[in-house]
Amino acid sequence: MDLALSEEQEMLKNMARDFLTDKFPKTVVKEIEESELGYSPGLWREMAELGWIGLALPEKYGGGDMSFLDLAVLLEEMGRACLPGPYFSTVILGALPILDAGSEEQKQEYLPKIASVEKIFTLALTESSARYDAAAIETKATADGNAYILNGTKLFVPDAHIADYMLVVARTDEKSKGEDGITIFIVDAKSQGISHTVLKTIANDKLCEVVFNQVSVPKENILGQLNQGWSEVQKIIQRAAVAKCCEMVGCIQQALDMTVDYAKERKQYDRPIGSFQVIQHYCADMATDVDGTRLSTYQAAWMISGGLPCTKEVAIAKAWAGEACQRVMALAHQIHGAIGVTIDHDLQYYTRRAKAAEVTFGDANFYREIVAQEIGL
Amino acid sequence: MDFRLSEEQEKLRQEVRDFLEEELRQGLWEPSCDAWIMGHDPEFSKRVAKKGWIGLTWPKEHGGQGYSFVDRLILTEEMLRYGAPAACHWFADRQIGGAIVHYGTEEQKKELLPLILRGEAYVGLGMSEPDAGSDLASLKTRAVEDGDGYIIDGQKTWTSGGSHMNWIYLVARTDPDAPKHRGISEFFFETSLPGVTVVPIVDITGGVHFNEVFFENVRIPKKCLIGEKNRGFYQILNQLDYERSGMERLMANYPLFEALIQYTKETKRKGRPLSEEPVIRSKLAQLTIELEIGRLHMYRVVMVMDEGRAPNWESAMSKAYGTAFEQRLASTAIEILGLYGQLQPESKLVPLRGMAYHSYLSSKGYSLQAGTSEILKNILALRKLELPTQ
Repeated sequence: MDLALSEEQEMLKNMARDFLTDKFPKTVVKEIEESELGYSPGLWREMAELGWIGLALPEKYGGGDMSFLDLAVLLEEMGRACLPGPYFSTVILGALPILDAGSEEQKQEYLPKIASVEKIFTLALTESSARYDAAAIETKATADGNAYILNGTKLFVPDAHIADYMLVVARTDEKSKGEDGITIFIVDAKSQGISHTVLKTIANDKLCEVVFNQVSVPKENILGQLNQGWSEVQKIIQRAAVAKCCEMVGCIQQALDMTVDYAKERKQYDRPIGSFQVIQHYCADMATDVDGTRLSTYQAAWMISGGLPCTKEVAIAKAWAGEACQRVMALAHQIHGAIGVTIDHDLQYYTRRAKAAEVTFGDANFYREIVAQEIGL
Repeated sequence: MDFRLSEEQEKLRQEVRDFLEEELRQGLWEPSCDAWIMGHDPEFSKRVAKKGWIGLTWPKEHGGQGYSFVDRLILTEEMLRYGAPAACHWFADRQIGGAIVHYGTEEQKKELLPLILRGEAYVGLGMSEPDAGSDLASLKTRAVEDGDGYIIDGQKTWTSGGSHMNWIYLVARTDPDAPKHRGISEFFFETSLPGVTVVPIVDITGGVHFNEVFFENVRIPKKCLIGEKNRGFYQILNQLDYERSGMERLMANYPLFEALIQYTKETKRKGRPLSEEPVIRSKLAQLTIELEIGRLHMYRVVMVMDEGRAPNWESAMSKAYGTAFEQRLASTAIEILGLYGQLQPESKLVPLRGMAYHSYLSSKGYSLQAGTSEILKNILALRKLELPTQ
């Protein structure tokens, strides 16, 4: 057992922190949040030059040959920086599923384009029920010669407005309502019949409603097995949940650090408020939540990285992270006082993201049920 | 980063499990909550000693096994999982042996360590006094040098293990004129000496595990001093990090948790098992999540110890977290048992052998022993977060 980062991971972490601190001050984050694109193409290219987009892809596809655990380190720093843009959707929701389930041809076709930032990917999974179960998939894909015709509406699709490709989860067997009969398609986002609307969200990220109206997708664009896509979708959800946890670790670590700094500086009654035990204990509670989130997140990331079965560990990590984030942010605000609830203070970026992260890729209730099953209830 | 235990460690875990299963099969004891502190069974301790599982982490030259603290955590995790009656040797194994290895003279090591290794030293921890709880340094029990010995006078209270002890680890004031932290020393001696009186305190569960201990003109030889005279407070701070570090701060009532899960599977309400009710599932899942988070905290602490560092804020964090979890577990157990949850262990119809009742009441003390949660949060705030004191 060893809980420390490797030397290489420490280097990656430091490099990431320096780059993100330098390039993404909150003024830039704000600008990007308010822009229509929701990302900066220039900075996106710079991240590619650092090798971040293809970090966890094999070298033969233009990647950096690093592991999911290495990626976890980077994601934590991205969470700390409140990085806006399509990194998560392209890498976690696009590249890794293709790497995992794609044919050799598909990998050669798409992965190098991702690593070189030519193409932005995303995942169109959730629908109107806003749930992450198989029954929620109602979008239909009907066979038609050498193609499938997609019809339906996907919701909360990140970055669909700028995506070049979407992995679309659709029902290919109308008779089934459950886990059978689900297929994943790699869909050219510019195909005829696709329209999107950007939703306005708490994190000001670009989650979209995407409507598929008679969209034709070639048969060879099936990712994985026809009708057997749900098990891959579950893997995507698991991986995404852990990746989200990594961002959450960075988010609440930064909120804690900001809060402790503030408590040391802010004076009332002629002394720093951090010298009052009530504030100290709030901070201690925050630190305990941050460390619990970190430990369970990295345990899950390590297991995913090693390809180990980790349904329970992922569920524990995300259930815990979701609620721990809320506790940490509540105390961060309480200690910051009124300044923390102003739009010009940095804290609000973390508050908004932490709430969005809580409900994304499964909240605590969702994962508690999985844990219940895992312990044999 | 690697969350795996080594093959040898998994083997050790299995070995401990096999041993405990066999003990259960022979009906030698029944799993119970708080067995690490209330389950006094000298024969069990001797059997554990024979396996070489006392002093696991001590250096081989002192009769230990030279194992890591992670190894010891695995051992204690299983002891607690099974609710095994390990109270007789627990304190000696956990902290006193280590303190003697660290601070003891060669003579003390030769004389005392074998006693502990054989599972024959039932140690009481003589720290708190009526006016010295969290503020331990204000203790008043005196140890006055007198010829070739010390004379001890004073009173200890909440002395864990006091009713079964044959040895006591005592902190006493050796220099009344020095600043209070700098006039304290540690002693280790047999409680059969004249002048030692133990008065049991009945706790909220009706059980006895802590005591008042009175010292009246108790003469002990000089060789009972552990470490440096007047440096005892600093020695004990280090020891406290170890005292707080263990799995007993998370799994003291683990047998209740297992029994509770089983109960919900076997108990039907409106024709279906309780375990199928969403609210019950959610509560038990949440406890499982919290337990795993605690477990990771605990493993982090021993990894710090294996690095050779005293885990001060880490064990403060894990203990405050762990004991709060145990209190929630006990409370949730009563909630799930409903009206049955209020039944005393001796009552007709009591479920789960009364473990929920016992644990609910007993767990109120968990967040007080070995550093209150408030003191632990102070440690976290000052040592980890470096918040100012004024």
